[in-house]
Amino acid sequence: MSLQYVGLKDINGPLVALEGVKGVAYDEIARIRLNDGTERIGRVVELAGDKAILQVFEGTNGISLTNTRTVFSGKPLEIPLTAEMLGRVFSGAGKPIDGLGAVFPEKMGDVNGQSLNPVARQYPRNYIHTGISSIDALMTLIRGQKLPIFSGSGLSHNKLAVQIAKQAKITGEDNADFAIVFAAMGVQNDVADYFRRSFEETGAIERVCMFLNLSSDPIIERLLTPLCALTAAEYLAFEKNMHILVIMTDMTSYAEALREFSSSKGEIPGRKGYPGYLYSNLAALYERAGVVEGSTGSVTQIPILTMPNDDITHPIPDLTAYITEGQIVFDRDLDQKGIYPGLSVLLSLSRLMKDGIGEGYTRSDHAAVSNQLFAAYAKVQDARSLASVIGEEELSESDRAYMRFGVLFEEHFLNQGFDENRSIDETLDLGWDLLCALPKNELDRIDEKLLEEKYNPERAARFLGDTIAVKSDIANEL
Amino acid sequence: MNNTVFSINGPVVKAANTRDFSMLEMVYVGEKRLIGEVIGVTDEFTTIQVYENTAGLKIGEPIESTGAPVCANLGPGIISNIFDGIERPLRDMTALNTGLASANSTNLPINPFVTEGNSLFSLDTEKKYDVTVTVKVGDKLCGGDIYCTCPETALITHKCMVPPNVEGEVTFAVDRGQYCVNDTIIKLKLADGTELPLTMVQKWAIKKARPVSKRLPINRPLITGQRVIDTIIPIAKGGTAAIPGGFGTGKTMTQHQLAKWCDADIIVYIGCGERGNEMTQVLEEFSELIDPKSSRPLTDRTVLIANTSNMPVAAREASIYTGITLAEYYRDMGYHIAIMADSTSRWAEALREISGRLEEMPAEEGFPAYLPSRLSEFYERAGYVENLNGTEGSVTIIGAVSPQGSDFSEPVTQNTKRFVRCFWALDKSLAYARHYPAIDWNSSYSEYIEDLSDFFNKNVSPDFMALRQKISNILQEETKLMEIVKLIGADVLPDDQKLAIETARVVRVGFLQQNAYHKDDTYVPLEKQRLMMKVIVELYVKSLAALKNGVPLSDIMATGLFDKAVKIKYDIPNDELEKFDGYFAEIEEKIGGLTVTGGLL
Repeated sequence: MSLQYVGLKDINGPLVALEGVKGVAYDEIARIRLNDGTERIGRVVELAGDKAILQVFEGTNGISLTNTRTVFSGKPLEIPLTAEMLGRVFSGAGKPIDGLGAVFPEKMGDVNGQSLNPVARQYPRNYIHTGISSIDALMTLIRGQKLPIFSGSGLSHNKLAVQIAKQAKITGEDNADFAIVFAAMGVQNDVADYFRRSFEETGAIERVCMFLNLSSDPIIERLLTPLCALTAAEYLAFEKNMHILVIMTDMTSYAEALREFSSSKGEIPGRKGYPGYLYSNLAALYERAGVVEGSTGSVTQIPILTMPNDDITHPIPDLTAYITEGQIVFDRDLDQKGIYPGLSVLLSLSRLMKDGIGEGYTRSDHAAVSNQLFAAYAKVQDARSLASVIGEEELSESDRAYMRFGVLFEEHFLNQGFDENRSIDETLDLGWDLLCALPKNELDRIDEKLLEEKYNPERAARFLGDTIAVKSDIANEL
Repeated sequence: MNNTVFSINGPVVKAANTRDFSMLEMVYVGEKRLIGEVIGVTDEFTTIQVYENTAGLKIGEPIESTGAPVCANLGPGIISNIFDGIERPLRDMTALNTGLASANSTNLPINPFVTEGNSLFSLDTEKKYDVTVTVKVGDKLCGGDIYCTCPETALITHKCMVPPNVEGEVTFAVDRGQYCVNDTIIKLKLADGTELPLTMVQKWAIKKARPVSKRLPINRPLITGQRVIDTIIPIAKGGTAAIPGGFGTGKTMTQHQLAKWCDADIIVYIGCGERGNEMTQVLEEFSELIDPKSSRPLTDRTVLIANTSNMPVAAREASIYTGITLAEYYRDMGYHIAIMADSTSRWAEALREISGRLEEMPAEEGFPAYLPSRLSEFYERAGYVENLNGTEGSVTIIGAVSPQGSDFSEPVTQNTKRFVRCFWALDKSLAYARHYPAIDWNSSYSEYIEDLSDFFNKNVSPDFMALRQKISNILQEETKLMEIVKLIGADVLPDDQKLAIETARVVRVGFLQQNAYHKDDTYVPLEKQRLMMKVIVELYVKSLAALKNGVPLSDIMATGLFDKAVKIKYDIPNDELEKFDGYFAEIEEKIGGLTVTGGLL
């Protein structure tokens, strides 16, 4: 049978080196048997002459230079794939950990995947309903898109992810084909538990396939978690024609694991110590979303990352946003005001939205409403910064109208309940109602005819009825 | 002798103890014959960057020398095709059944993945072209001379040229007829007496600029139909421009608009390390969009190079060179080419990544010290030239830059700035306010304005540059005033300054903002751009005069003319420019009328 290599040359963090190896391939998987009978998995990350460097997924605790026997498998890392994966829980390296035994594979899949040929892609156009006004109206999620959530420690991104997972549905088609692949990287035990419980409570668990790597699990396994999850997602989408939503949290832990791995390998660090290939590495994950020619399924990704120190220019959010098709950004101020989900409307963006909304997808006036809401809310910020300098009393009439609009928009449009599932009609009508709180001549992004048809100051009355409350809100604000 | 793989680290592979390889030579690595390029030769090791994924490669696999640098295949069939970074046809790749690891095979009707180790030829060798030979036996030909032509697409006539540095006498020429790209069309007897058969394909090393006869002065604009570009920050044919902007500021959107509407004959669109879905969008959109001049789909004049972010990083580095080589080849035929490179930052990062794997000494932010020289080599391949065969052609480069953390002081932006003459800075706050194109008029500049002013004044109208200057002045005035407004509010300003702010609003919303999704606004002819400027300037001048006569600003605003001017872009279709007369008359009448009532009070 295959050769066994006894002992090691070096151990450095999660990496081990072997000497005298022959016929080993780059990226191949090896099994490292310890003298106590346990087995670990390693992957070849560098080859030079007869020396091979392996990363050990389970960590190198207890490994010495003499107590191992290594066998190379001749294959890259593969995981078993089957439609039965839904409803199951796996470790970051793709092993079942829910006590239900091994899955019976229909085939084995190489976790590295291959790059999709742009010619074989279909441009994503169909929208996914999330029931969350701010997302549906202003940063619409499209089937086949990768739309990350940028958050900070302590913000309600997990809650939002659960709400999206339980409310997400595909319009106009059978929802039976819709499923979720959930990858947790370096999350705390109770966070993983929160997700599991939430999926169970809502009955979604049957349609969820979970890959869990907790913060106490080895970092090399963390690097594999999204690969395994995406391989499963691709299989379900492209071969089983399902619509898969992949939720990956937390990409920051993933990138930090990559940095740790890179530095123990002795590589030259780039920005903030992250390896120079961080962009390519992240792209290899994020680009595994999309719709391909010849299959009716799709892979949609919602990666979640916490911005270190809420800094959006940090390499992880920065590079992510350059790869993904937009971003949903949390705003700490809004969150502290008690607005859920406290999304920063101006920083958020969905690049694929323009082709997936309007007649035939959502509603014909969607683009007009969202453009106007964006523009109006941008002016709210101007008015607020002016008010903070000269005081609200000195503001012009139109600036004051914007101040009022800002509060109403945050209170009624952004803010919504965890169990509140708004239809797209409700969301857009609500948008119109709020826009009617502004003078008509301020609505310069809307076509004259449409404005004539929809504009009616009465529509905003239900918000303005309680003017005292609004005034005191503004006062609080300042 | 047999050279073998000694070490593997990502895309970098080394061979030991060999003297068989030369710098920048193309090699085949391993059993799968992955394509690679020699990037370092020492006594001990030859270093090779591999353009494909090296997973599965083993120590001891063979490395095969080709004796030639990495070349592009140049011939009919390039236009409307889509290639990867080393000019392999991506469309044909979907038909490949790999027969590789069964783990990756799917039940899909096509192969949706980029497969490694295939040696697909760039061009379709079976398609017959209708070839007209333009030389006869006995003619003496030099490098660059055209020996045959054929229609490549409905828009582009392909002209096959004698490779540069070759000259000789025609000893054989085929008749007019149907030929494939690899058929011999003519034979040349060279000076040393040997006979050289020429097909419709020639090879050219991608890292070497194709020679020209001489460079010509740059004085014709590249007309894009985008107001902020054409009038405020224009670019010339043969010029270079950079579009830096953080994520979400609309770089790609701006590039798409330029690719769709600019008046170049051919567009080379390089998707370098960007999103796969974007390339798909370009493919789809361009085949649906109809070129107004020829009523043919835009794909008939477009070449796409797609090396998306998840495709191998070394091929990303090559994609930029492949793109510009294709552009230079068509320029030699006498065409005007515009290159959209999206994004040059990804290319620079590919350099950094390879440099890191080579353990080179890093300069700023980990980028290699040769970053500036590589950038300048690339941008210097643009130009308006007289070709070897006497025709004139141009290559215009428009490169997107994606600064890390939206910080324009990072090395790629700063170095690019030194080598381009036109700088369209995209601004985050404009993009947040959904002001598109988000080109910031304060920090952007064009060094071509002077070179181009003659053209605008002669071909559009003698007042074009004067109007442009007035519009810029209004914007500058606003920037100054806004500093004050930020501190004390707009109410305290005197009426003439308030008027300047109101007029600037019209300029920003009505003129600079342009709606790419509106049928009339997505492309605006120069004459309409001029008339729009003229309306705004007229409105400003007349209103200022009225103010001087004591008319309050509120009365002027009440005429509604300012709001009407904002909507001109939608209200006047591009082919009904005579409607502008009504606007001038209305300004005269309404604002003029105010002066009288003002006088009575």
